[in-house]
Amino acid sequence: MLYIDCPYCGKRAHEEFSYIGDATKKRPDGAEKNDPAWVDYVYVRDNPRGPHLELWHHSLGCREVVKVLRNILTHEILGAGRPADDIPLPETETKP
Amino acid sequence: MAEYSVFSLIQNALTGHKNWQRAWRDPEPKPSYDVVIVGGGGHGLATAFYLAKVHGIRNVAVLEKGWLGGGNTGRNTTIVRSNYMLDDNALFYEKSLKLWEKLSHELNFNVMFSQRGVLNLAHSDGQMDRFARRGNSMRLNGIDAELLDRNEVKRMIPYLNYSDEARFPIYGGLLQPRGGTARHDAVAWGLARGADRLGVDIIQNCEVTGFKRTGNRIEAVETSRGTIGCGKIGFAVAGNTGYLASKLGMKLPIESHVLQAFVSEPLKPLIDHVVTYGAGHFYLSQSDKGGLVFGGDLDMYNSYAQRGNMETIDHVMRGGIAMVPSLSRLRLLRHWGGIMDMSMDGSPIIGKSPIDNLYLNCGWCYGGFKATPGSGWVFAHTIAEDAPHPLNAGLRLDRFERGHILDEEATGPVPGHH
Repeated sequence: MLYIDCPYCGKRAHEEFSYIGDATKKRPDGAEKNDPAWVDYVYVRDNPRGPHLELWHHSLGCREVVKVLRNILTHEILGAGRPADDIPLPETETKP
Repeated sequence: MAEYSVFSLIQNALTGHKNWQRAWRDPEPKPSYDVVIVGGGGHGLATAFYLAKVHGIRNVAVLEKGWLGGGNTGRNTTIVRSNYMLDDNALFYEKSLKLWEKLSHELNFNVMFSQRGVLNLAHSDGQMDRFARRGNSMRLNGIDAELLDRNEVKRMIPYLNYSDEARFPIYGGLLQPRGGTARHDAVAWGLARGADRLGVDIIQNCEVTGFKRTGNRIEAVETSRGTIGCGKIGFAVAGNTGYLASKLGMKLPIESHVLQAFVSEPLKPLIDHVVTYGAGHFYLSQSDKGGLVFGGDLDMYNSYAQRGNMETIDHVMRGGIAMVPSLSRLRLLRHWGGIMDMSMDGSPIIGKSPIDNLYLNCGWCYGGFKATPGSGWVFAHTIAEDAPHPLNAGLRLDRFERGHILDEEATGPVPGHH
């Protein structure tokens, strides 16, 4: 089980949450047809083998969206916060 | 290396089985090759085999970071089928199924391909309509498909939950009689032996750590066993595609996820077909050793760890018991996780990359094993001719920017939904 420190509820098992995905994607402005920014937003992912910023929905809890920093090679959770929060990489972690 | 036959078996039996030769060589890497394939799983080995056999390109190396078939080739539920609706998927997988039908003879190695039939169960009128549509699309593409009603399913597979109390009663199912299973390790070993006999160097314990580039070409790969030059290079590394691509500054429409699979204690013959649950995600067959082999959903969060979580195990077992109540007292023998290269539309990506001499074979999601020979066939063609085969023209990487996505399930760009 993974334990996510929900900023509203405290530490909860991940089965209370639904996974949304990559938290680094920003919806582009405008709606240009075939705009590469849209292709990037909808389809392209960094998919790093290491720390990954992601969104989880606390669907069986407070129903808020939580931002989580998790190492996807080890499943270790390195931090959690509100969606607008900056979640820094712990100093012990190096970028992949 | 000698041909396997009943005569070689008798001869070796008479000499106490002491004179069997190794099935493939263990060569030192040469300074360079015409084609370097990264990844010694089924797809990489099949690509090398068809490059040598069909295209006459024999100065080929397959680089494997661990041992052959130690990745997803040895971590799947061995199901082979071509029951797809969209043309670009259906025709490709059907080519693969046709290659499966002759693979043991072609390789002189028994891959234990067993066409026991794959049945997808339906649990509502809507699902029956959807299966009728998929079955008709399959038959229009020359693929076998039979829509069965509840009584026909019951006659064929009596052990399912037909009770009136079932939360999702069985309405019928879509059967592909030519689908089935194969022995996954034998597929890797047979292809390795076949490729090796044609002159391909299979280099194990050789991890790719970087690339030497000149302009928009890759000149050489840096590995744990030295630098190896390459004319052309193909990636067939499944879940690690994103990681290797990041070393080239490339981003792909792929997320890596963990998928678990399970084997039960061995039983007397019970499950004669491959059966899948339509009200959840569960697929079941029985191996020749007697173990029930099954799997279900992804763990749903990105992962490069080849292990899964208890919550998903629980979820898979619930699906299994809903479909086959007699599984409830069965003990699990083993379970494991493999890393799926989940593409954003649920269909594979085979074709050229933005780098001139790099070719990509990835995005296999749940379904890479069944594609093994077909994937090798079209990937070898793509590499040899520097252009896609008609069967993978629709599976190109640029389909995402062109808007020609192949979303078989119509669930949108969310890997967990495919």
